Amino acid sequence: MHQSVFVLGVGMTPVAEHWGTSLRELALEAMRAAIADAGGVQPQALYVANALAPILSGQSHLGALLADFAGLDGIEASTVEAAGASGGLAVRQACLALEAGAFETAMVVGVEKVTDRVGSGLDAALSVWSDADYEAVHGLTATSQAALVMRRYLHEHGAPSDALAGFSLTAHRNAVGNANAMFRRAITLEDYARAGMVSDPVNLYDAAPLADGAAAVLLGRSTVSRVPDRASVRVLGTASATARLAIHDQPDPLSLPAAAISAERALQSAGITRDDIDLFELHDSYSIYAALALEAAGFAARGQGWQMARNGTIALEGKLPLTTFGGSKARGEAGGATGAYQVVEVTLQIQDRAGASQVRGARIGMAQCLGGAGATAATTILTQAQGVP
Amino acid sequence: MNAPGVDRRLLKPARDVGITGYGAYIPRFRLPAKEVARVWKGGQGGLPVKEKAVSGIDEDVITMSIEAARNALARGQVDPSMIRAVWVGSESHPYSVKPTSTVVAEAIGATPHTQAADWQFACKAGTEAVQAAIGFVGSGMADYALSIGMDTAQGRPGDALEYTTGAGGAAILLGPADDSLAIFEGSYSYATDTPDFWRRADEKYPEHGERFTGEPAYFKHIQEAGSALMQTLGRRPEDFRYAVFHQPNTKFPQRAAKSLGFKPEQIETGLLAPVIGNTYAGSALVGLTAILDEAAPGDRILLVSYGSGAGSDAFSLVATERLPQRRGLAPSTREYIARRTEIDYATYARYRGKLTLS
Repeated sequence: MHQSVFVLGVGMTPVAEHWGTSLRELALEAMRAAIADAGGVQPQALYVANALAPILSGQSHLGALLADFAGLDGIEASTVEAAGASGGLAVRQACLALEAGAFETAMVVGVEKVTDRVGSGLDAALSVWSDADYEAVHGLTATSQAALVMRRYLHEHGAPSDALAGFSLTAHRNAVGNANAMFRRAITLEDYARAGMVSDPVNLYDAAPLADGAAAVLLGRSTVSRVPDRASVRVLGTASATARLAIHDQPDPLSLPAAAISAERALQSAGITRDDIDLFELHDSYSIYAALALEAAGFAARGQGWQMARNGTIALEGKLPLTTFGGSKARGEAGGATGAYQVVEVTLQIQDRAGASQVRGARIGMAQCLGGAGATAATTILTQAQGVP
Repeated sequence: MNAPGVDRRLLKPARDVGITGYGAYIPRFRLPAKEVARVWKGGQGGLPVKEKAVSGIDEDVITMSIEAARNALARGQVDPSMIRAVWVGSESHPYSVKPTSTVVAEAIGATPHTQAADWQFACKAGTEAVQAAIGFVGSGMADYALSIGMDTAQGRPGDALEYTTGAGGAAILLGPADDSLAIFEGSYSYATDTPDFWRRADEKYPEHGERFTGEPAYFKHIQEAGSALMQTLGRRPEDFRYAVFHQPNTKFPQRAAKSLGFKPEQIETGLLAPVIGNTYAGSALVGLTAILDEAAPGDRILLVSYGSGAGSDAFSLVATERLPQRRGLAPSTREYIARRTEIDYATYARYRGKLTLS
């Protein structure tokens, strides 16, 4: 349990095609916003969550780059890379360092800049998240991988072809009020049914749009003063786990073992049960992973995750709201920055600052991001810390 | 030369220049967009145009430019030996080295006392040649200059551009205002280094930045050029009877027009992309010819081109009394569009030389 770690401030850019803004400028915008949100507290360490800059921007060494660009001369800074799970893992690394007493404050900035490349060049870059020797070399892409899993899921569990539509509908509805979302338009079941196939059975509304964005979370120990006029947010638990990288090596491709382990450990370290969770920001890079994540975290029985998308359970006013700001589907998928966006969003929920996306009475929220097809999962649980010094 | 108090961004020659003659050329073959979708998309997906014009097996930018130039001369009633410049803008020049323009100039009888040159700037190579000709004639260096925008555009088989890459264009004979069918009120050019679409040397087909070709490329340049020209001239959208924009598909010019404050009826006449596709360097100019085919004296026309790479040229024109008297001297643009032979994808592949092992 990270008793001593608090969220001091958060910031983010819209997820969008930021053609006129570079990687460093995006990151700086989010970092400055988080520092301002924290009342000017400066970070003593920087954890950059990024998965694609070396291949898409020809730029690694992001720790030094962004510390320099943000004027944080001399601080410790490094990049945390675990594909789409980079953001959640960076939050965990920052929490561990703070808890160990290495720093009083630390910043996580997730940033991804993908729109400088188009077409097959981008597809090829994204395939680095899979097993290069045994998957990518055969032309497997993230989308075709999701299609294989979704096809199997629908078949094994006898689910209808539109079984997963509810995840996309919910995400789009929740994004309408989010000024940082990429697609702020609600869609109907008819829209979903009419959508073009991307990789059968994954249609346009099953696949999240990958775009540019940055989100920053400034964390600190309890000794650091927090902005007084709003609820304190404490990191209640974090955990990360891995599973087999290639899906053909997984004993059961319809489970996400890394997600299950990391959720279980995070709940344990938080000392709560899943019934205490008021909202769940899961990683819906493809709608199938939303269903599998619900099952992995124990919110639904095996093969039943899709049912939650059909009975209102996951709506803002439901029992377990998901993707409350639009998720990857409608807020936009920001690759390695996704986990940082999720933690920003859960923080805003707990502080009653979520605007149109607000889940009423949200006190405990869980965020979980996945790397690739779930070979890495990182889970973060945040809570409102009333009365905690 | 701009008078004191005039915005220096406005391009205004020392003496007024107009369009003395104009001529379109559109080849007869049409490839329906649904035929491209049939071959490449299983008949699925949206179509950016209804169909595109395709050049025949014995046509290229040289032959098509000659056709359009002859139409322009017919309307201009000018002795071709009076022409001091023959300029052809295209991204489909048959030769990499050896001018298209000299062949055209020879064929129409403009040689040898003439300037001749080829221009390239993606889809605005034609209007660029018009802009230069305004200077050539407007300075008094020459009485007549012929500017042509013509293309047989290349689209990689299966690429999104293959639906729209069309063939056609127009020739514009520029001359003194007192011998013109329409007079330039002023013009403006806007350019930035924006790599949205390109074809490298020795490549057969262009590449493009997908959605990047929209907002930061086409729309930004068209809007900046259109609004700067209107601002510097003190004109408003309602002052124009007609407007024509570069038209890479049906939707882009409609959206650009709306954002600049134009109504659908102002762009209807010049919007030809739905039925001939994107004729690249010819696109905005051939739209202008369709407007000149019906405009009345006193009608004001806005033309804004766009070329990838990127830039826009904007022109404001006012039709004169001579326009209705001389436009019947050559085939109208609508007549070329109506002269239509539909072909299938296989015939298209043969005509366009796409049957290669590579």
